[in-house]
This record gives sequence, structure tokens and C-alpha cells, in this order.
Amino acid sequence: MPDAPGLELIAGELNEAFAEAVLGTAHAHGQATIEVQPEPILDVLRWLRDTPGQEYTFCASVHGVDYLPQTPRFAVHYQLLNMARVERICVKALLDDPEDPEMLPAVDSCVSMFPTAEFQEREIYDFFGIEFRGHPDLRRIFMPEDYVGWPQRRDFPLGGEPVLFTHNEHKTPRWYD
Amino acid sequence: MRARDMLRGDMDDEELQRYVEERVLTTTLEKALNWARSNAIWPATFGLACCAIEMMSIVAARTDIARFGFEKFSASPRQADLLILSGRVSIKMAPVIRRIYDQMLEPRWVISMGACSSSGGMFSNYAVVQGADKFLPVDVHVPGCPPRPEALTYGILKLQRQIQGKPDEGWHERYDAAGTEEWARLAAVDKGDQV
Repeated sequence: MPDAPGLELIAGELNEAFAEAVLGTAHAHGQATIEVQPEPILDVLRWLRDTPGQEYTFCASVHGVDYLPQTPRFAVHYQLLNMARVERICVKALLDDPEDPEMLPAVDSCVSMFPTAEFQEREIYDFFGIEFRGHPDLRRIFMPEDYVGWPQRRDFPLGGEPVLFTHNEHKTPRWYD
Repeated sequence: MRARDMLRGDMDDEELQRYVEERVLTTTLEKALNWARSNAIWPATFGLACCAIEMMSIVAARTDIARFGFEKFSASPRQADLLILSGRVSIKMAPVIRRIYDQMLEPRWVISMGACSSSGGMFSNYAVVQGADKFLPVDVHVPGCPPRPEALTYGILKLQRQIQGKPDEGWHERYDAAGTEEWARLAAVDKGDQV
């Protein structure tokens, strides 16, 4: 992974190239992280992939995250890897929750750049309801097609059936009937 | 005492009835069929999760269920008599299982193996069906997480006795509770008996 000064250099160059794209950097627990705006995310990823000296050519994984009490609420993490130097960098695109509950937070799809992201973006769409613009086949992948809701969001009910223990049986009066 | 002598009047009503039914030659066709069925059950080759590992070992040397006529795992549901739900049933899998069950020919039986398929187990969440009997009639529930192969074999033997028309009473017998079940009481009310 790039060390802390190296990370700052990358962030500085990104800011220069894409007009204040970088929101912040973090270097903790052996992981270098850049937080970026969602709009130029494709430019940032392409810059990290193609710029000589960077060459993070491998997209190891894509994750969705729900940071519910915080704003912006959602994030998409791209874990990039330089195979030659074995350096990793995490790019976080922070997404606001739209005011309209019918709308989904949206970000550009990086499938055209990293084909491996296709299923991972479908998974994020399935569980977090984050829309990937330009994804070739944005459908649910794990949950049934007719499932309603985004089950990994923090405000989604856990589901299942309540289990009675001695510590919570008073909450369901006359459960033994 | 010879059978002819007994039938002449030494027995009456229920005793006689039972005696006749228990003889091989005079048994009812249904009983013979059930005896044959219970000793030639083929489970479907169908595993859901980690319980399937234990399920696989019941055909191996240590607990060889071929001894009891569960001769082999049938690779097609159309030749299978028994569906063993071995693992958690996700809501995406439930219609698939129902379809496999519908493809099986009558008579067919279902064993729900382990805590997950019986009640959802530790997966009390949005993705797992809380008990497979929400969409399938289950004959025997085998508890455990996962049940040992011996436990599944025991469940299979219970199923065998159930098919033969003499199900084990289990806790009903142990607590002297036969007739106190909800369904038995409802049936008694329907008949007009005092409960």
C-alpha cells in the first residue's frame, strides 16, 4: 500500500486533475483510503488504473456500506490492487441518501473499466439499493427477483420471528396461550 | 392353539380384529403396501447446507441405512419417496424445494433435518424461511445442529414406523398426554364430545 505521504501525493494529484474530487484521506490499520465525490468516480478510478506510476490495474472487490446516522449515508468502496508492487488502495465514493424515498442513491458503474465489478455491483444493488448508472444488467442477484426492500440497509428490519427467552418473555404477555 | 380354534369363538371383537390383521395371509392390502413402502424408501439426492454433510454419511459404512431399505439416494425426484431437508431453507430456495416436492410421486414423505429447516435455527433474519413446514408438510423433525448421522437414522426409523401405521407416541406417551393435543381436542369438539 502507499505510505501516508504517498497517499497524500495521490490525493493531491487527483485534486489537481479533477477539481476537488477528493474529500479526505485516511491511513489506518495498514489500509490507505481516499474518500472521493461520487460524480468523478470513474475518472478517479481510471486515473489510478492508467497513470504511469500508479497502475492499480486490478479491482479486487467492490462493497456497499450504509453509515446510517452519518451523512452522506451510503458509500461504495473500491479495493484496487497493483499486482506488480502488491500495493492496495481503497477508494470510497460517498453517496447522499436522496430526499425522495422512491429514489435510489446512484453512482456510475465501473463495469466498462473493471468487468469483474458486474456481479459485485449487482450484489450492492441487491442489498443496499444503490443504483449503478450504465450497468449492463442491473438485477437482483442473491434475493428473489420479487423481493421488496434493501435488506442490508441499517433501517431494514432484521426479519425472522422473535425468539422467546427468559429475558424478553415479559414483552409478549401470555405467550404461553 | 390353532387359528381355526381361536376364530371359532375364543376371541371377540377388537381382539379378533387385531388377530386377523396381524396374520400375514389375512392382512389388509394397505398394510402390506405400507410395509413394503416403509422398507423401500429412496431419499432424493438433495442437500441444502452443512446438514447435508451428515446426511451423506448415513449411507456410508458406519450408519448404513441400506440396512433398513433406504437403498440409495435417488438422483431424480421422480423416483424418490423421501425428501430430507438438510439445512437452512432460504426464501429463494423455498419455491425450488416446493417444486422438487411436487415432482415426487405419491406417496412421499419429508424429513426436516436440523434446527434450521425445522424452525429457522440461528438464522432469524430476512433471508431464511422460519421452519420448512410453512410451505411443505413435514413428517419428522430431527433436532440437532447438525444432527449426528445416528440421529437422522433414528428419525428415519421413526418415519418407517409412521408409514406402517403405528407411529411412536413420543412425549404423548411419556407424559400420558394422548388425546390432549390441540388437533385431538378440536376433533373431539367436532364430534360433539365433552372435552
